[in-house]
Amino acid sequence: MSPIMETTKNKTAPSRVDFVSPAVNLRHDSDGYTLEVEMPGVAKNGVEITFDDGRLTLIGHRSNTAGRAGKLLHGEIQPYEHRRVFDLDPAIDPERIAETMDQGLLTLRLPKIQAAKPRKIAVA
Amino acid sequence: MQLIRYNTPADLSAWTPFFRLSPLRDLLDTALERNGSCLGSDGPPLDVRVSDESVTVTLELAGMKKEDFDLLLEDETLTVSGRRETEPEDRRSQSLRCERFAGAFSRTVALPCAVKGDRVQAIYEEGVLTVTLPKAEEARPRKIAVKLN
Repeated sequence: MSPIMETTKNKTAPSRVDFVSPAVNLRHDSDGYTLEVEMPGVAKNGVEITFDDGRLTLIGHRSNTAGRAGKLLHGEIQPYEHRRVFDLDPAIDPERIAETMDQGLLTLRLPKIQAAKPRKIAVA
Repeated sequence: MQLIRYNTPADLSAWTPFFRLSPLRDLLDTALERNGSCLGSDGPPLDVRVSDESVTVTLELAGMKKEDFDLLLEDETLTVSGRRETEPEDRRSQSLRCERFAGAFSRTVALPCAVKGDRVQAIYEEGVLTVTLPKAEEARPRKIAVKLN
């Protein structure tokens, strides 16, 4: 192939990424929110969490599955990246978001800013 | 003139952004995108692969413990069953969204050939269960030398 052809090919090559929308559980308590996101096939270092303009984007990049040997006889697993976006409560403190990843289950703790927590007011 | 968005008193007292904006996006997510969790009445999604040496069954189910899986091999049929529990209800917290499956599941696959039942290996990592079943000797491909006279 000539170099010119090659350049053209690279330029037009689509860089499309397919995503699936993972299932979540969300709980709310007086101190904040707990979000559980199912990302099977994603390692700890494959999770990408971005917080921008009140929006939380969670992306799970799958570990390399190219090593799986053999011919596919039956396939139900969707080999796409996981992605889901949430609008955050402005009371959440983005600096203190904590995450854990265990067996493909991403758990995020989204604590509220101190001032936003409910408090008891004593009547004098 | 400055425009001030009108808020009803109820809106001012409780900001529920997860309820207000996310359902619309989620509707679009589920309508236009693929839904990641196929887990429903059909159980967790699985793949079956075959190589010269073995049959591999891969099943995706996040957030399990390895001891919660039950594997049964019977007459060239593999059954993977188990139960997944999600966080129990807590009086101090309120569930806003509950999409993750909880409860018992079972998947059965007919294996494409005979396997060595005593050499089956199962690994659960990153929320993916991989069961490797080595093929029985008679099921492996063999080279047959043909002598031509």
